[in-house]
Amino acid sequence: MTERIERRLGQNSLLALYVVAAALVWFGAYHFLLPLTSWVAYSLLGLSATSRLGSAVGFFIYDVPKVLLLLAAIVFLVGILRSFVTPERARSILGGKREGVGNVLASLLGIVTPFCSCSAVPLFVGFVESGVPLGVTLSFLIAAPMINEVAATLLLGLFGWRVALLYVGTGLIIAMVAGWVIGRLHLEHWVEDWVYQMRMGESQLVEERKTWADRVSYGLQSVRDIVGRTWPYVIAGIAVGAVIHGYVPQDFMAHIMGKNAWWSVPAAVLLGVPMYSNAAGVIPVVQALMEKGASLGTVLAFMMSVVGLSLPETIILRRVLKWQMIAVFLGVVAVGIVAVGYLFNMVL
Amino acid sequence: MNIKILGSSCPNCKTLEARVREVLVELGVQAEVEKVTDMRAIMSYGIMATPGLVIDGVVKSAGRIPSKADIAAWINVAQAS
Repeated sequence: MTERIERRLGQNSLLALYVVAAALVWFGAYHFLLPLTSWVAYSLLGLSATSRLGSAVGFFIYDVPKVLLLLAAIVFLVGILRSFVTPERARSILGGKREGVGNVLASLLGIVTPFCSCSAVPLFVGFVESGVPLGVTLSFLIAAPMINEVAATLLLGLFGWRVALLYVGTGLIIAMVAGWVIGRLHLEHWVEDWVYQMRMGESQLVEERKTWADRVSYGLQSVRDIVGRTWPYVIAGIAVGAVIHGYVPQDFMAHIMGKNAWWSVPAAVLLGVPMYSNAAGVIPVVQALMEKGASLGTVLAFMMSVVGLSLPETIILRRVLKWQMIAVFLGVVAVGIVAVGYLFNMVL
Repeated sequence: MNIKILGSSCPNCKTLEARVREVLVELGVQAEVEKVTDMRAIMSYGIMATPGLVIDGVVKSAGRIPSKADIAAWINVAQAS
């Protein structure tokens, strides 16, 4: 017994050593990135920092590795966090909670529970069947895609921590309020009848105890999955952003996406709906547009619409919700996003 | 042996199915691999995230793609019993 504990401790300290070493390498790389890339752009390639080509190239070769480094680190940490939560655990936390408290908890759990929109149907049925109120379930289903670590990382890397925090905070509020409002409307009759007739089988899945080694490997796995899938979008997005950065005249966007164009927020939300899953490619472009006069509220609204209101997920949810309910769902979330957009255009 | 992949139209379900078939070939085990896409049938196994992997009627994993080593171990245990 003691031998086993000792071995476990030995493994864990070795693991901790690896993680600390990796973190040091990461911080070193991040710290020296700016001097290194400016040296490459302005000394090695001999570009002028004030020329159009120079500013575009400088922007590109600094931002691509920076965003990818941030993405790897954050996806890894979120992966570790997610190894502690399963949909089953989320359900047992939410079961028996009142609305209000339930909406708050569901939105928070929506962020940290590993979730793919293709699992939206079994998750919805599983929640509703075990007595989680409809509005609380929807809070979860709004927060899960809307507050997304890839989008948050890109905002952090390109706009700074304030905007990233604003995005996460307002996303949470939209999920809580929208779910609560839908719950108050008592629309249970707009859920497809078969959902209520469903008797879910007893889950026979025995949860295995995860060791820290499992959690680290889960984190690495999500880095491989997510960074592996999004890096082409990041590079393409930053490339387009770099061209805009260098070549589009200042204040070009002020008329179209500026504070004074009242219709820019709803237009941005509509435009964002079909752009699902390309948040990684869209954000760098939007960041470059903002430098040219687009306003933050409009940009945030666009962002949330890209990740939160997605056509594929809506189509999947249509299997459990009648179309009237889908319309209410989309309407409430869209109104929330538009309100956030106007609010930030006014405040900032 | 009967292996079921639970899940409809998710990219991870296809990955899981391919991985299961690979493991079967590597182990030289004969098994019937079945895809279950009907939502009610999927729910009857009590899982809330797809893809699910069921070997001889027992749910082995849900909501993730298990490693080849895990899949091979489950198949070996199911074969021994």
